[in-house]
Amino acid sequence: MEPRYVMVLDTRRCVACSACVIVCKTENDVPEGGFRDWVVSETRGRFPALSTENRSLRCNHCAFAPCIDNCPTGASHRGPGGTVQIDRVKCTGCKNCISACPYDARFVHPRGFIDKCTFCMHRKGAYTACQTVCPTECIHFGDANDPGSEVSRLLATRDHKVVAPEAGTRPRVHYLV
Amino acid sequence: MGWSRRSFLKIGAGAAGGLALGGGLISDWYGLDAPRATDPETDGDRVIPTFCELCFWRCGVLAYVKNGRVTKIKGNPEHPLSRGRLCPRGAGGTGLLYDPDRLKTPLVRVRKRGEEAFEPVGWDDALDRVAEAMQRIKKEHGPEAFALFQHGYGSSWFNHLFRTYGSPNIAAPSYAQCRGPREVGFQMTFGDGVGSPERIDMERADCIVLIGSHLGENMHNTQVQDFARGLGRGARIIVVDPRFSTAAGKAHHWLPIKPGTDIALLLAWMNVLIEENLYDRDYVEAYAYGFDQLKAHVADKTPEWAYPRTGLRPEAIRETARAMGAAKPAVVVHPGRRVTWYGDDTQRTRAIAILAALLGSWGRAGGYLLPSAMKLPKFPYLRYEENGAVTADRPKGGDYPLADATLASGLCNATVPGSSVYDVKGWMVYGTNLPLTLPDPANTARALQALDFIVAIDVLPAEICGWADVVLPEATYLERCDELDAPAYKEPFIAVRQEVVPPMYESKPGWWIAREIAHRIGLEGYFPWADSMEYAKDRLHAAGHDCDALRATGVIRGPRVPCTYEEGVAPEFSTPSGKIELYSTSLAEAGFDPMPVYTPHEEAPPGYHRLLVGRVPTHSFGRTTNNRLLSEVCDENEVWVSTAAAREAGIEHGSRVVLVNQDGAESMPVRVKVTERIRDDSVFLAHGFGHTANGLTFARGRGADDAVLTTRYAVDPIMGGTGINVNFVTFKRA
Repeated sequence: MEPRYVMVLDTRRCVACSACVIVCKTENDVPEGGFRDWVVSETRGRFPALSTENRSLRCNHCAFAPCIDNCPTGASHRGPGGTVQIDRVKCTGCKNCISACPYDARFVHPRGFIDKCTFCMHRKGAYTACQTVCPTECIHFGDANDPGSEVSRLLATRDHKVVAPEAGTRPRVHYLV
Repeated sequence: MGWSRRSFLKIGAGAAGGLALGGGLISDWYGLDAPRATDPETDGDRVIPTFCELCFWRCGVLAYVKNGRVTKIKGNPEHPLSRGRLCPRGAGGTGLLYDPDRLKTPLVRVRKRGEEAFEPVGWDDALDRVAEAMQRIKKEHGPEAFALFQHGYGSSWFNHLFRTYGSPNIAAPSYAQCRGPREVGFQMTFGDGVGSPERIDMERADCIVLIGSHLGENMHNTQVQDFARGLGRGARIIVVDPRFSTAAGKAHHWLPIKPGTDIALLLAWMNVLIEENLYDRDYVEAYAYGFDQLKAHVADKTPEWAYPRTGLRPEAIRETARAMGAAKPAVVVHPGRRVTWYGDDTQRTRAIAILAALLGSWGRAGGYLLPSAMKLPKFPYLRYEENGAVTADRPKGGDYPLADATLASGLCNATVPGSSVYDVKGWMVYGTNLPLTLPDPANTARALQALDFIVAIDVLPAEICGWADVVLPEATYLERCDELDAPAYKEPFIAVRQEVVPPMYESKPGWWIAREIAHRIGLEGYFPWADSMEYAKDRLHAAGHDCDALRATGVIRGPRVPCTYEEGVAPEFSTPSGKIELYSTSLAEAGFDPMPVYTPHEEAPPGYHRLLVGRVPTHSFGRTTNNRLLSEVCDENEVWVSTAAAREAGIEHGSRVVLVNQDGAESMPVRVKVTERIRDDSVFLAHGFGHTANGLTFARGRGADDAVLTTRYAVDPIMGGTGINVNFVTFKRA
């Protein structure tokens, strides 16, 4: 079966250190000022009844991807394992996809095309840089179509959510809560 | 870069092929073929293992080199301290290597000291000046008048240089300004310090207690990994912190303690453990000395007694003590790291040690481990000639009887003429930015102006370089080979730091600088090796290891060693009683409280807030704040102010304020973070920002430095540590 790549991040373990952000920048040669992933730390409540949730965010590689639907040149396309990829040659940098993305996951590369997380698909689905660097081991990546994979096990056994489910895009980045 | 070249070639091929084959290759050009993932091509042509120096944890890394440039840095999976994973700083090492502000040539001062006016000179000229000053000061005042301040793993060559030169005055601020009190507190209790990496087993703990330790913001890699693993296993997390830290966000119990009252909480915890019979009775009976005295000492230190002092409800104190008791002995009460808070820090860390002893966690799985290092004989150097000089770090007529290392703050004081047992006249400063590291920077400036000579050895033009007579540019950790690393650890290992790329500009590795100086002052006999790799080879050979094999993998791993009493380590304690000293005879004999006593500390005047300092995960104090890669995530600090305190002071979130302390000292303007995450009586500032050095063109003027606000500090009478949490600030609109 064709793999279905997903990412599963454990908000209980994440400490919002941004190692994933720095390693992504060097792994993918991301230009200064651009980010393929970023971290938010969200606090709720009033002193001293507080709670915090840390999330490392990136392109959700949505099953229903408005970036693909709104791309006039076909640059944003369905890539290997159901991922969303950008063909840099076809991309004209029109920014339609940036407007369409509910997650603000894309930026304009200084060389004129749009850039975002690829799930490190140059590794052909083996691993992502953020997953391997994370000191809290909170990032998991793999094939959700393989019932024996770590991501399948986590999604089957732990409570999880996606960011902005109301956007109706069926994200493939899941957060364990 | 790889991408544009590839696409250019592709366009070229498409255009040429179009003539012969028509549309087939044109469609390939437009990408209408099967989708392809763009390879950033950062894997490089070589991968070189070495270990990190962005902080002092020394994680094994793999450096990827492509066309002579380091493209990226990853964790070395074979290295026990990184296990293939890194913190953001370690991953951002290229930001240091390619920092355009790096020191590029040796410099000599041309105007008044401190005005940061230099001219570049050749290495021979610069080294001759250093050698001349060292000879002159030795002749006029004795070698002890020349002091070495150092921090970092490259310092070993300079420590050796100073031992051969004859000066006992070698100090790192990591002792009296950081971990020193903790080492003494544990030494007094267990006959052994905590060390670094800390000998704690959070990975297997069933309960983890953090007192001010903000793991997750403080990113010592393996500790954060172990904390996360403990968390993942379901360990009970108890965080004591006036601030809702990242770790507090993970905790089952957050105790937002009134700052400065930790000893009261620790005594109350002991009271509950003893009164409710939750302590490890067999362990205490077998190994501890002074239980009856301790029991009597804490008999009236009930949670109700602690409540008005700490602000923590008695039920919360009891509940957390019971959680520890239920998990014993697999409890890590974290010893802390920068523990110089209020001047009674040895006693506070001793209270932590006593608590650990009551829980039976020293020498137990999930508690404090008893690791050992791999055998690695020292290099067979000539014996140092000791001239019998005492260190200069004690004040006239005073002493810190239980200090077990030299005090950096003490050597600084000894440089102000007439303050100490004798005057220090010359400084060599390796890799430590003293003006932002020592408390009371005005005093540091006085000392600097009183010096006959100062040489700074650094990678970046930090503030200390601006005060130097001679500045020597060191190569970064990616461009040099340093001392081998073989620390005591549960999985012992030997790791090598080796040159990944040749030194840029005219920078030179530390071993070369130390050796060149030695050769100029007649100490060449003490540097018999040609380079540091020959030195490393010799040591490895003596231990029966192959240097080339080590260089290929970066690390040689030994078998996992027994680390607990259950695994067969003998319970031996090098204390006067040969037992764990709940009651310390050494402290009693030296005239100090044999058991920790809670004393209240001065509180903030109306309108002022206690200044607390700590870390952000992307920076190692001021060492990384000029790193442009790391600064993409965090390029300035913020002062954390509670919602109520901000309302009262009339300051808004995101506005800029100047912090003014109780003595009128002012910070640089800093952005306000109004948050529920801190007590009203405290503000929090991450250390390492607010640089003023002209050469740090990125970091200069970003955020505020806390050192300028530490006009006061509380000296630990036991070991001379400088507690800095005794300063109070108010706000002035920027």
